[in-house]
Amino acid sequence: MFGSFDFDVIGRTWQTLIFQGLAFTLQVTVLAMLGGIALGTLLAMMRLSSRKPLAWLAGGYVNLLRSIPLVLVIFWFYFLVPYIGAWVIGSPTPIKVGAFASALVTFILFEACYYCEIMRAGIQSIPSGQAGAGYALGMNYWQVMGHIVLPQAFRNMTPVLLTQTIILFQDVSLVYIISLPDFVTIASKVAQRDGRLVEMYVFVAVVYFALCLLLSWQVKRLQGRLAIVR
Amino acid sequence: MNYNWNWGIFWEMSPDASGNYLQTLLSGLNWTLATAITAWVVALALGAVVGTMRTTPLLWAARLGNAYVEVFRNIPLLVQMFLWFFVVPELLPKAAGTWLKQLPNASFWTAVVALAFFTSARVAEQVRAGIQSLPRGQMLAGTALGLTLPQTYRYVLLPMAFRIILPPLTSEFLNIIKNSAVALTIGLMELTARARSMQEFSFQVFEAFTAATLIYLAVNAVVVLAMRGVERWLAVPGYIGARAR
Repeated sequence: MFGSFDFDVIGRTWQTLIFQGLAFTLQVTVLAMLGGIALGTLLAMMRLSSRKPLAWLAGGYVNLLRSIPLVLVIFWFYFLVPYIGAWVIGSPTPIKVGAFASALVTFILFEACYYCEIMRAGIQSIPSGQAGAGYALGMNYWQVMGHIVLPQAFRNMTPVLLTQTIILFQDVSLVYIISLPDFVTIASKVAQRDGRLVEMYVFVAVVYFALCLLLSWQVKRLQGRLAIVR
Repeated sequence: MNYNWNWGIFWEMSPDASGNYLQTLLSGLNWTLATAITAWVVALALGAVVGTMRTTPLLWAARLGNAYVEVFRNIPLLVQMFLWFFVVPELLPKAAGTWLKQLPNASFWTAVVALAFFTSARVAEQVRAGIQSLPRGQMLAGTALGLTLPQTYRYVLLPMAFRIILPPLTSEFLNIIKNSAVALTIGLMELTARARSMQEFSFQVFEAFTAATLIYLAVNAVVVLAMRGVERWLAVPGYIGARAR
């Protein structure tokens, strides 16, 4: 079955695959995680706001993006971002957006919806008496959020946020559909060039499996350490 | 913004000569639903078995179930599709591999298999959580009544567990519909793929993707409403889910 398995093709190309492909995937993952959590937290605060239009706006955005496939979202932003960019800087023609920036914008805007729902649950898990105590001490909204509610919400939700990041790491592989140079795209190019599809895709699967398994074990360990004794 | 809007595009003939663009999109919706529903039936069956295995007192069964879930959860769906489509036919005996590759609608069947295994791991996770959320006394009561282990699962634990996990199962069903779009990478002409090819032929990018988005939203709404009905119909009196009928 694996008699004709050609390890040599992996030996010849693994440096390109890891240091270009996987590096691209990891960079997008980490930056999209940071941007997504920041935007997602803002969205969660908007959804919980007592100003109705703000809550509806955030709720509509989150529910819209969560109802359509990521593949479709990637296509949307791939075509939309040049137009939005042109609109922002007032250019008459759609601007050119690099592969990296396009992927990054897409994943920040998309994953923010999922991070938003996690942070919303996190904020709601803090007893409202704590916010009330903050206001009674004379703090304003941003002080209450920044010093009392959000630090605890982040701490409670860290394992869930990290689990979502593992999903994000897997989702980045979908930039294959717009041929951005991520791990899967580069592997598939090598696979087609050398006629070695079996070796390349098995290699990609093994690397993803090992990394995701390792990360989810770490998250599980962290979960035990972070748990607050109540 | 200098973009030429043309909403009339949906009534123009599409180049694949099967009708206008709207009909092409709807035929894509058919493929999306066929793929998602077929895969869902398999995923539910597999997930129920694997999820149950993980809660049994049999150590080897629990370990096997855990390994199954880890394998299908930790590889991206796109890579799993490629494995089923490009790699599995090569690893089989030559005749079987050739038969697989020449199957009519090969991309449909591959997408169904890939989605079914991928989703079954997530269903298994829900089923395990559902069974473990039941009070331990239920299993003990079943045993005390003289039921065998399979009978305890069949008549006591699973009927309750499945009712408890209906809401997360609904999200998994919505996920499988959305995930079926990944199958465009192996050539399945489902809804997103049709919108993309419409955009390539007509250059009406935003109309095509708007139509696909609206269709996905409509499908979502139908599924959510239907599942709400199912939840009310199956609700157990005395539990939080069982409100006024």
